[in-house]
Amino acid sequence: MHPWIGAGDDDRRRILSEIGLTSVDQLFESIPAEVCVDRLPMPDGRDEETIRIGLAAMALQNLSPDCVPSFLGAGVYRHVQPSVVDAVLSRAEFFTSYTPYQPEISQGTLQAIFEFQTLMCELTGLEVANASLYDGATALVEAVLFAHRVKRGKLDRVVLAETVHPMYRKVLSTYAGPAGVEVVVVPPGDDGRVSVDALCEAAGTGETCCVAVQSPNFLGVIEDLPAISGAAHDAGALAVQVVAEAVSLGMLTGGGAHDFDVVCGEAQSFGLAPGFGGPHLGFFACREKQIRQMPGRLAGETIDSNGRRAFCLTLSTREQHIRRAKATSNICTNQGLMALAATVWLECIGGHGLRELAKACFARSEDLKRRIADLGEPWRLAHPDAPTFNEFLITGPGSGDELAARLAADNVLAGVPSHLWGGSWADGLVVAATERNTAADADALINAMGGLS
Amino acid sequence: MKQRGIRSEPLFFERNPERRRRQGFTLPPLDVPDVDPAAVLPAETLRDTDPGYPDIGEMEIVQHFHRLSQLNYSVDEGLYPLGSCTMKYNPRLNEQTARFPGLAGVHPLQPVEHVQGSLRLIWELEQALLAITGMAGVTLQPAAGAHGELAGILMIRKALEARGDARDAVLVPDSAHGTNPATAAFAGYQAVEVASGPDGTVDMESLDRLMTDRIAGIMLTVPNTLGVFEHRIVEIAELVHRRGGLIYMDGANLNAFAGRALPGLMGADAMHINLHKTFSTPHGGGGPGAGPVVVSEALVPHLPVPRVVREGDVFSLERENQASIGAMRGFYGNFLILVRALTYIWGLGSNGLREMSDIAVLYANLVRHRLEEAYHLAYESPSLHEVVFDDSRQAARDVHNTDIAKRLLDYGFHPPTMSFPLIVHGALMIEPAESVGPEEVEAFCDAMLAIAREAEESPELVRSAPHETPVSRVDEVRAARKLKVRWTPDGDEKSE
Repeated sequence: MHPWIGAGDDDRRRILSEIGLTSVDQLFESIPAEVCVDRLPMPDGRDEETIRIGLAAMALQNLSPDCVPSFLGAGVYRHVQPSVVDAVLSRAEFFTSYTPYQPEISQGTLQAIFEFQTLMCELTGLEVANASLYDGATALVEAVLFAHRVKRGKLDRVVLAETVHPMYRKVLSTYAGPAGVEVVVVPPGDDGRVSVDALCEAAGTGETCCVAVQSPNFLGVIEDLPAISGAAHDAGALAVQVVAEAVSLGMLTGGGAHDFDVVCGEAQSFGLAPGFGGPHLGFFACREKQIRQMPGRLAGETIDSNGRRAFCLTLSTREQHIRRAKATSNICTNQGLMALAATVWLECIGGHGLRELAKACFARSEDLKRRIADLGEPWRLAHPDAPTFNEFLITGPGSGDELAARLAADNVLAGVPSHLWGGSWADGLVVAATERNTAADADALINAMGGLS
Repeated sequence: MKQRGIRSEPLFFERNPERRRRQGFTLPPLDVPDVDPAAVLPAETLRDTDPGYPDIGEMEIVQHFHRLSQLNYSVDEGLYPLGSCTMKYNPRLNEQTARFPGLAGVHPLQPVEHVQGSLRLIWELEQALLAITGMAGVTLQPAAGAHGELAGILMIRKALEARGDARDAVLVPDSAHGTNPATAAFAGYQAVEVASGPDGTVDMESLDRLMTDRIAGIMLTVPNTLGVFEHRIVEIAELVHRRGGLIYMDGANLNAFAGRALPGLMGADAMHINLHKTFSTPHGGGGPGAGPVVVSEALVPHLPVPRVVREGDVFSLERENQASIGAMRGFYGNFLILVRALTYIWGLGSNGLREMSDIAVLYANLVRHRLEEAYHLAYESPSLHEVVFDDSRQAARDVHNTDIAKRLLDYGFHPPTMSFPLIVHGALMIEPAESVGPEEVEAFCDAMLAIAREAEESPELVRSAPHETPVSRVDEVRAARKLKVRWTPDGDEKSE
């Protein structure tokens, strides 16, 4: 017997007797004996206390970045966490419910998704946003496949700025081959921005289904979005903006305002724990005219049989449970609870608050840039004149890996090595600042850097 | 559903309609010099206005979500007998461990010396899943079941290409979940349907005929979506392997046999495991889940990167590997979901996992026994963890499976699965799962029997259900025709 199993030994006997059996083994006779075992090669069950101690011991083997100054970003950021977010997420009505296929008893989840979609439309500047995708990397994949479908599968080339998060690009390459898509990567110029001319050249005319850039990019630099969407459209391609630091959208214009066709990416910044990489939250927004090619779930407003407002999942004819092999994506379970977290977070922070929060990230980043520039050789800002939001690339006395390790020895998580996945840019550290980095954190970083040469 | 109480809640955007300034959260003080973005950045990069959200105070936010929560049904409220979804109890211990600051707060790009605990945890869960399945290798990277399917099929594709034996189609039984054919297509394969025989399992003659040298393999759900075990599984695997194909096993129904049988002995080459089904991690209203994939020796070289490597007591990450299919997503998986699954597996252990499937199967057979007089059993084959009825008896009174489902809501139960298997017209696929008390399963049976009587005596009552829910039957057709997928100030709708 076990607390997580509802029937005890007496119940087992009683039910067996009702259905006319003597042993539960009789229920498994359809399984061939040759594939059966008597027990699994693992220990028997443990009690709560033992489990808690065992997992706490593993947690203690980690260094929590909440304990030391941390400037790690590169797609995962530490932002403020209103206590309300976890309180809502801990409600069993939300976290223990299923996908809202039965709208009459799922209005809570459905309305929250509808609110999430609206919040993301506002931030991206686009007309429609879906209920979520797995993460930023798979959101890029879905955007590329979306563009491929919109162009009716006739344009197989995708032009990608190298400054799209290299991990996202790596994930895309897993899917591109089987999907019949060829990826062309365009490196950045010395200013850390992708060259619009180089994008045009790579895209050609009528050969490319989409041009995708990240802004702010992996090096922290804000791309020239108006010029890029113009170039993409001249080439007959869709323009896709990837966003890895969603808080930037509180201060910077989303691609929709610059005529981008898709704005997608990672919304971990909106109230999700770093969590060693997951669960995070992919998002996807596009134009209403292309909604039927959109991947993932979508909540819509309608009425019930008494004419009252109600919400339900809609356009499910795009999805695998209806369309099977012809679905826009094979996605089924995705990141529902994480979208709820982002919704609660955004509604707590508010529109004015989000801009203030984004400006605080920007101010702290500008302060750090100035102080690092003041340190002088051997430290350098890789792109001193480039427009950045809250992240930037620096170089110093050694490779990025060496710098990260040496500064970590001084108890500062200074940044992410810029060559972790390779790259045509300088080998250094990508440093991120958020509203949670205090002036004392910055002092610790600058002091530690000053101690290296 | 509670009769008293909340039946609707205004949208967030409808609050504070005058958009008066209020505050929902206080930001930390700015203790560095403020910088005006307009003085530094090009004008076109900056938003003209703040995001146009209403500001509301903290209590109003809490009330908003509290009220929304009251409009939801959940596992904690009652039986959730969705077939093939395994809606079991989500232990509260899982929620505690996944919130340990030393696990939740860790950045995925910290130096590996700083994250030995996380890497060890991944390794521990990998070992546990290998023990449960008897397979040779595993990846915890996929974010959900369908994502795991895709990882598995891409590994099969890679293995065949490595052999110089590229093939262009995979076989999918007609009883399969919709993600199977969708996955095949996403991986660049044509999905070829295999018919089920009279007992609901794969028809061997069809398989023999279809399993040609263009077929990369077969996607089999074991037990299948009828709750019926593919009792010729070893024979099927031998035939497919003999003709150069590989076996993909959909592990959505692992709850039927965990602790009793091993996919490794069945001839599986790849199988995904839904941690949010068998291993109790919460469904979260539609994710996040996790879909680890266990593989045979043949596919081990092709597992996704990065992979956790153990040398003695030191763990590291292998980020590149030429034979690998590559990365399926960012980082290493839905890590905090993995923490919950390991918590559960430690809690049940070898003895508990076997008891889990025992009771899951026992409950399904109790439901079968109690309902087979009133509802038509789609297949007579022995049921494992779920049982599939159809609405053919009730359809005679023009009462269909969706009506029965909606009427169940009035009785306080979530309906069974109805959207598949497609081979059963008007399906009612019932999976009670082992964690509820037996009285709850019996109460569900009573409700089903009462609805069967109502279908005879007052069919309109069933057809017009639900009557007790916060909203009555929702017009899903209108939602698709008059598409409105975001709030707008003027409330306009666009017709398609």
